[in-house]
Amino acid sequence: MASSSVYSSPGFDFSNQLRNNFLSEKGLPLPKATSTGTTIVGCLFEDGIVLGADTRATEGPIVADKNCEKIHYISESIRCCGAGTAADTEFTTALISSNIELHALHTGRKPRVVTAMTMLKQMLFQYQGHIGAALVLGGVDATGPNLFTIHPHGSTDKLPYVTMGSGSLAAMAVFESSWRPNMSRDEALTLVKHAISAGIFNDLGSGSNVDACIITATHTEMLRNVEMPNQRVEKEKKYGFRRGTTAWKRETVKSLIVEEEITHVLGEAMDTT
Amino acid sequence: MSIMEYNGGSVIAMVGKDCVAIASDLRLGNQALGISSNFQKIFPVTDRIYVGLPGLATDVTTLRERFRYRVNMYTIKEEREIEPETFAHLVSSTLYEHRFGPYFIEPVMAGLSKTPSGGLKPFIAATDLIGCLNFAKDFVVAGTASSKLYGVAEGLWEPGLEPEDLFETISQTILNAVDRDAYSGWGCIVHVITKDKVVSRTLKGRMD
Amino acid sequence: MPDMVPMSVAQPQERQFNPYSDNGGTILAVAGANFSVIAGDTRQSEGYSIQTRYAPKVFRLTDKAVLAVNGFAADGNMFVKKVKQRLEWYRHAHSKDMPLRAVARLIQSMLYARRFFPYYVYNILGGIEEDGSGAVYSFDPVGSYEREACRAAGAASSLVQPFLDNQIYFKNQTPAPGTSHPAHLALTDVLALVIDSFTSATERHIEVGDGLEMYVVLAKGSPLQGLELVQGVQEMSTTTDGERVFIVRRNLKRD
Repeated sequence: MASSSVYSSPGFDFSNQLRNNFLSEKGLPLPKATSTGTTIVGCLFEDGIVLGADTRATEGPIVADKNCEKIHYISESIRCCGAGTAADTEFTTALISSNIELHALHTGRKPRVVTAMTMLKQMLFQYQGHIGAALVLGGVDATGPNLFTIHPHGSTDKLPYVTMGSGSLAAMAVFESSWRPNMSRDEALTLVKHAISAGIFNDLGSGSNVDACIITATHTEMLRNVEMPNQRVEKEKKYGFRRGTTAWKRETVKSLIVEEEITHVLGEAMDTT
Repeated sequence: MSIMEYNGGSVIAMVGKDCVAIASDLRLGNQALGISSNFQKIFPVTDRIYVGLPGLATDVTTLRERFRYRVNMYTIKEEREIEPETFAHLVSSTLYEHRFGPYFIEPVMAGLSKTPSGGLKPFIAATDLIGCLNFAKDFVVAGTASSKLYGVAEGLWEPGLEPEDLFETISQTILNAVDRDAYSGWGCIVHVITKDKVVSRTLKGRMD
Repeated sequence: MPDMVPMSVAQPQERQFNPYSDNGGTILAVAGANFSVIAGDTRQSEGYSIQTRYAPKVFRLTDKAVLAVNGFAADGNMFVKKVKQRLEWYRHAHSKDMPLRAVARLIQSMLYARRFFPYYVYNILGGIEEDGSGAVYSFDPVGSYEREACRAAGAASSLVQPFLDNQIYFKNQTPAPGTSHPAHLALTDVLALVIDSFTSATERHIEVGDGLEMYVVLAKGSPLQGLELVQGVQEMSTTTDGERVFIVRRNLKRD
C-alpha cells in the first residue's frame, strides 16, 4: 500500500497481487510483457571476449522496438547480453551492475566475471525462474577472459562460445561450423557478426541491426550497430497532409514562459515597518 | 479477453521538428459497452512533459496520483523541474516495483528536454506494463489499437514535421486507427508541445 | 507419474490432433475504375521459423480473375487447385471464362460446403467485372463475402487496413475548400500505396517480408496507364485482346 511515509522499503511491491489473482481467477489472463525474441552470442578469442546481439524487441508478432540495446553494462570490462522478458534483463543487469560497483569499491579490486555471474545466478535462483532473464555474461578480469550463460532458473554454463534466445540455434550453427580456438580479434568479430546475422535473417524473433562488444584486458569497445543490413527503403509516396485536413471541435492554447526578465523598479524601498 | 481490453483506450506520441505531439482517444468502456466519451488519459506532468496512461481505468487514476506524488517529491527535493528522461525512468521503476502484481497500464511519454546549450530537444518514450523502456526516434504507441497505430504511423510518419503538420499526421493516424478498433474511439484529443506553447485540440471524428 | 496410477482410479484422458497451422503473411487488393491490384508477400512461416521465402499466395485464375489466399498454406493451395479445376470445367462446358461475380459465388459455395471442417483461409478475389469495372471480393473462411474497393487480410491486416481506409477511401480527411476526393485512384498511385503498405507491414510485423507479388488486371481495351513504365513488369495473360493480367515483383526485407 502507498504508505504515508516518503520512504518505502526496497524491492518488489506485491500489493496488487490480491487484486490481480482475483482478476485471473475470473478468467482474465495476464497480458504479455515486451520480450526480446532475440539472438545473443558470445565467443572467446586470443586476447578476450566478443559479445553480440540483434536489436529487435517484440510484443507477440509485433515489433515494439526496431533498435533496442541488448548488451548491458556491468562494469568497464564486464558486459552482459540479455534475452527473455525485456524489463527483467534491463533491471536485473542494472541491479547487478550497481552491486558490482559497490563490491569493487568495497574490495578495492577490479570486479571479476565470476562474481557478477554468482550474483546473477543467486538472484535468479531465488526467484525460481519468475524473473525471465536469459543472459550471456562475458568479460576480462584478473583471471583472464571469462564467458558464461545464465538461464532464468539460475543454472550457468562456462563455454568458449555460447548463444541464447530464439535465434540461438541459427547462431550456434555458425559457431559450430566456424569457431576455432585462438582466433584473432578481427576473425572473432566477423564470426560474431555472421552468427547474429544468421539469427536476424532466419529467426523471426530477431531482426534489424548487429551490436557487438569487444572486451580485452586493456580496452572495451562497444560497437553499437556495427552492421545495419535492414534499413527501410525510401517510401514510394510522400504522406504529408494539407494543413486543415483534420477537422477539430475545440482548441486550447497554453502559452509557456520562454524567458523572463526581472526589472527592478527604481525608487525608495517600500516601508515595511 | 485480457485485462488490458477491459476499459479500452489508446495513446500515441510522435516526434516532429523541435516539437512533439501526444494523442489519445476519449473512450471509457466496460468491455463492449461505452461508458464515457470524455475520459482523459493524457495528463500534464510539467509544462513541457505529458504522459498518456492507456489500460485499466482504475490504474489510470491510481498511477496518475502516484506519478504526481513522486514528481512533486522530486521537485521539492531537487528544487528544479524534472526532465523527461528522468521522468521516464521514474515511470519505469514505479512499474517494475510492481513486477509481480503489475498495474495494467502501458505509459507513453512526450516532452521537450533541455540540452546543455540551453535549447530544447524532442523526447518520446513508452514502456510496457512492467516498465521496460522504449526510446524511439519516430513514434511510440500503446493501448488496444496499438497494432493499428503501428501500421498507420509506419505509413504516414515522416521526419522533420513542423508543429502544424505534425498535428495533421498524428491526428490522421489516431483517427483512422481507432476507427478500426472496437475498444477505442468516441473522440480524440491531441496535444502538440512546442518551445513556447502547448496546443490541445479535440478532434471531430466518428463517435461509434 | 501416470504409470503409478492403478487402473481402478485411472481417469479418462483426452487427446487432440490439431489439423491446422498458421503460416503468416499478408494479402491485399484494391479496385480501381478499370483495373484491380491484388498483392501478397511471399514469406511462409510457422512459429519463429521461415519455411520458405518464396511461396506465392496470389494466383491467376483466368485473364480476368486473380485470387489471393492467406492463412493455413496447405488449405490455401488445395483450395486454389480446386477453384482452378472448377473454372476449367466451366470453360469446357461454356467455351468462355467464368464472369468474376460468378467466380465469387462459386468460392462462397465451395467454402460453405466445408462449414464444419473449413478451409482455414481468408480469400480475396480481384479482377474485372463484365461491365469492365475493377472489383474486389473478400471472403471469410466459411464463405461470407462482400464486394469492396479495397481489403487487407492475414497477419498484418490490422496494420494495413486502417492505412488503406485513410489513403484509398480518404477517411477522416476533409477535402480542401471547393474540391472533393476522387472516387478512384490512378493505377500508379495504387501501386505506390500497395508497396508502401507492405514495406510498413514488414517493418512492424515479424511474419511479413522476403518478397512482394502484385498482380494487375486491366479491363478489356484499357490503356496500360503507366504500367509500361513500372520496372520488372511481366504479362501473364493468354491473349492481348481481352482483359490483361500483369505481375510486378519487389523485394522486401528478409529479417
